Amino acid sequence: MGIISRGFSGRSREHNPDLPPGQYLAEDFPVLSAGPTPDIDTADWSFRVQTESGKQYTWSWDEMQALGLEEIHTDIHCVTRWSKLGTSWRGISLDKIFAGIETENAYVMAHSYGGYTTNVPLEDLLDGKAWIATEYDGEPLDPEHGGPARLLVPHLYFWKSAKWVNGLRMMETDDPGFWEQNGYHLYGDPWLEQRYW
Amino acid sequence: MMPRHVDGNALAGPLSDLFAFDVTCASGRCVGCGDVTVLARAMVYEDEMGFVARCHLCDSMLLTVVRTADGAWLDLQGISGLHVAL
Ligand SMILES: [Zn+2]
Repeated sequence: MGIISRGFSGRSREHNPDLPPGQYLAEDFPVLSAGPTPDIDTADWSFRVQTESGKQYTWSWDEMQALGLEEIHTDIHCVTRWSKLGTSWRGISLDKIFAGIETENAYVMAHSYGGYTTNVPLEDLLDGKAWIATEYDGEPLDPEHGGPARLLVPHLYFWKSAKWVNGLRMMETDDPGFWEQNGYHLYGDPWLEQRYW
Repeated sequence: MMPRHVDGNALAGPLSDLFAFDVTCASGRCVGCGDVTVLARAMVYEDEMGFVARCHLCDSMLLTVVRTADGAWLDLQGISGLHVAL
């Protein structure tokens, strides 16, 4: 074992079919952020969904965990060109969160502790495509990676997976979030290289 | 809070392509608290996505700089006035 040369392993990283165009494989998990890392105790944590009627649905940490955690194995792609394949998470499906919510709006603004926002179409959060992630690699999600909970929308560039998420606000139109106001793409599909406007 | 920022002099690099003057010597008024101070005193966070400068007193966001494929985005949302010594 271990004698087979790299040439026999097949594809070079440039040809890895799991890598979207313009991405490279990252070994680590960069953690730079746009502000001080919020330090949020799960006892103080809450999550709120606000609809167009003004109605608010809220969950405490325990209520959110009681919805049930799913195992998630997925690739993640950052707009700054690193990708990490086969990452392991646990989180609460947004299908469970939206099960009891009445809304006609098609767009969502995700809000975070610290004031960060990002916009996502509602359909991108449903049907098993998005989670409130609370564990990474078998451990509680640490604050530098967005803990205690971050949005996880892995089919879009990773900035859409808002760190320190604490709520969703339904929107009639696809208004830009924080980075989307400053040059980043409104939708952010890594396979279409939707990085900037 | 775990500060992970450097001081406002870090803005000299990303902004030198945009302005003919040294922006870190310019004074800005913080929309959040009204403080007027040189941008060199701001707290600058270098996110992967871009630079974010925050007020050294009240932590409000002063400005954002994002480099894109073909240029730069500058958002001065948190500065209500900028004084440049000429
Ligand atoms: Zn201020």
